[in-house]
Amino acid sequence: MTNIRSRTDKSVRIFFFSVALASIAILFMIMIFLFMEGIPIFKKISIYDFIFGKFWYPTSSPPDFGILPLIIASIAVTLVSAAISIPLGVMTAIYLAELAHRRIAELIKPVVELLAALPSVVIGFFGMVIVAPFLQETFGIPTGLNLFNAALMLSFMSVPTICSISEDAIYSVPVALKEGSLALGATHWETLIRVIIPASISGISTAVILGMSRAIGETMVVLMVAGGAAMIPESLFDPVRPMPASIAAEMAEAPFRGDHYYALFATGIVLFMFTMLFNVIADHVTHKYRQTGEASL
Amino acid sequence: MTEEKSLLERSFERVHRRRKRLQRFIFMLFRMAALVNGAALTVVVAFITINGWKAVTWEFLTQAPLESMTKGGILPCIVGTLCLGIGAIVVALPIGVASAIYLNEYASPGKLLRLIRLGISNLAGVPSVVFGLFGLAFFVIWLKMGVSIIAGVLTLASLTLPVIIGSTEEALKSVPNTYREASLALGATRWQTIYRVVLPAALPGILTGAILGLSRAAGETAPIMFTAAVFYTPNLPASPFDKIMALPYHVYVLATAGTNIEATRPLQYGTSLVLIVLVLGMNLAAIVWRARLRKKMK
Repeated sequence: MTNIRSRTDKSVRIFFFSVALASIAILFMIMIFLFMEGIPIFKKISIYDFIFGKFWYPTSSPPDFGILPLIIASIAVTLVSAAISIPLGVMTAIYLAELAHRRIAELIKPVVELLAALPSVVIGFFGMVIVAPFLQETFGIPTGLNLFNAALMLSFMSVPTICSISEDAIYSVPVALKEGSLALGATHWETLIRVIIPASISGISTAVILGMSRAIGETMVVLMVAGGAAMIPESLFDPVRPMPASIAAEMAEAPFRGDHYYALFATGIVLFMFTMLFNVIADHVTHKYRQTGEASL
Repeated sequence: MTEEKSLLERSFERVHRRRKRLQRFIFMLFRMAALVNGAALTVVVAFITINGWKAVTWEFLTQAPLESMTKGGILPCIVGTLCLGIGAIVVALPIGVASAIYLNEYASPGKLLRLIRLGISNLAGVPSVVFGLFGLAFFVIWLKMGVSIIAGVLTLASLTLPVIIGSTEEALKSVPNTYREASLALGATRWQTIYRVVLPAALPGILTGAILGLSRAAGETAPIMFTAAVFYTPNLPASPFDKIMALPYHVYVLATAGTNIEATRPLQYGTSLVLIVLVLGMNLAAIVWRARLRKKMK
């Protein structure tokens, strides 16, 4: 009797374990299929020329498959959006964790969650029909669909990520630390900047990295508002074509298993590596500099 | 005792006032940052609502697009999006819940657990367009499903899996350990405990997560672009191997590649409005439900 029971229990355990491996399995399949469909382009062009090639003319003859403009566009859009979303996200997190009344915080948190839930295509649409004409008129630029517009829209998509993870980190700083600082006569602000933020910096860094990872991988916004020109940007208001935009816009037209198709999958590999790198760094920061109360200061 | 304050005292007070002033200023900035988020959400939603509500009529919701999508309604898109979202949850929920059960109830800390968690967080970080590429290469081409509902559903299920795992784990964590201990002490096995005690207690939380996952799947565009959605199809889906229209893709198509982009603006606003009502409505329901659950738990 006990034997059967413990045997069933063991097989149930094994069942759950194998299902839990599904996520890893999918992740591996993603890698395998990206590589399977992307590698063939490197028979035509070297990896170096692909990544550092300055010209992306996939449909002209002979075609050029250099994705440097796309990579730079992705990085530029991400950095500019980070310049907006990091202060905004971290400040909102501090407000929610330290300043706001419980009641008000309970009201604002759902707002941030809903902001995260807005479909990206709606944000892209908003950027196209409202922000773009506004930028065009205000700054007298040829097109409102540009790097800055895309970065602005993206920042509102990464703020929720940055905000919620930072808030958890700030919230979990031991009260004793805070009280100690206040008891020494420091103001609340001084306590924040000298004690609470240093104590939660690992969580805040994780939040920032994951927020940037979200921004670099976001597709619809950059597809709709970045302008689409595959050039290395020289100003904040230049139209650009980040990697996800290029893949999404061109995949439908690329001949099946032609060079263009392979090149788009290879671009997908590069994009995947970027986000993977961000995630591994975030994981490393979380585990290595884990918040361990007073000891982490 | 003289009433006069010493020089030291007065300078101390001055410094103190300055410190307080700095604090007031900086805290005001923090409040403004929080306000900006609210403002952003309000502006986007209000703008879509004001421009879109006139377009959303009964005919709009119940007709197919007419005259190369310059007139008519969006019924096929609504049906398509519901098929994709619900299908994705039907696939992802069992796998996600089982994964979370392993992580929270069975696994012991160690390298293996860390690896699985790293896999999940990496899967959560994969860009949506890369999911699209994966779906195209694996489901559409390799498994020969073609551009179809089923290929889109499986692609979206892979994308929502981490969301489901995360929210289920949270739900399982909120079940007090005393429940488990009481059940085990009565002689129940681990599985009996999970099945009879832990899961029923965590069920509402798990369902909240399922709604969040559903809304996420319904709002995604890039993963279905190459796997399930097409510009236009007059028919409602009849089999899982049909191509379909979907709300987010319809917004994108009308706004960027329609036959007459300016003339179809009302349709674009209307479709966006339906999409955000669907997605934000589900989110709001989940948020309210979760808040009530948390109160009950306390």
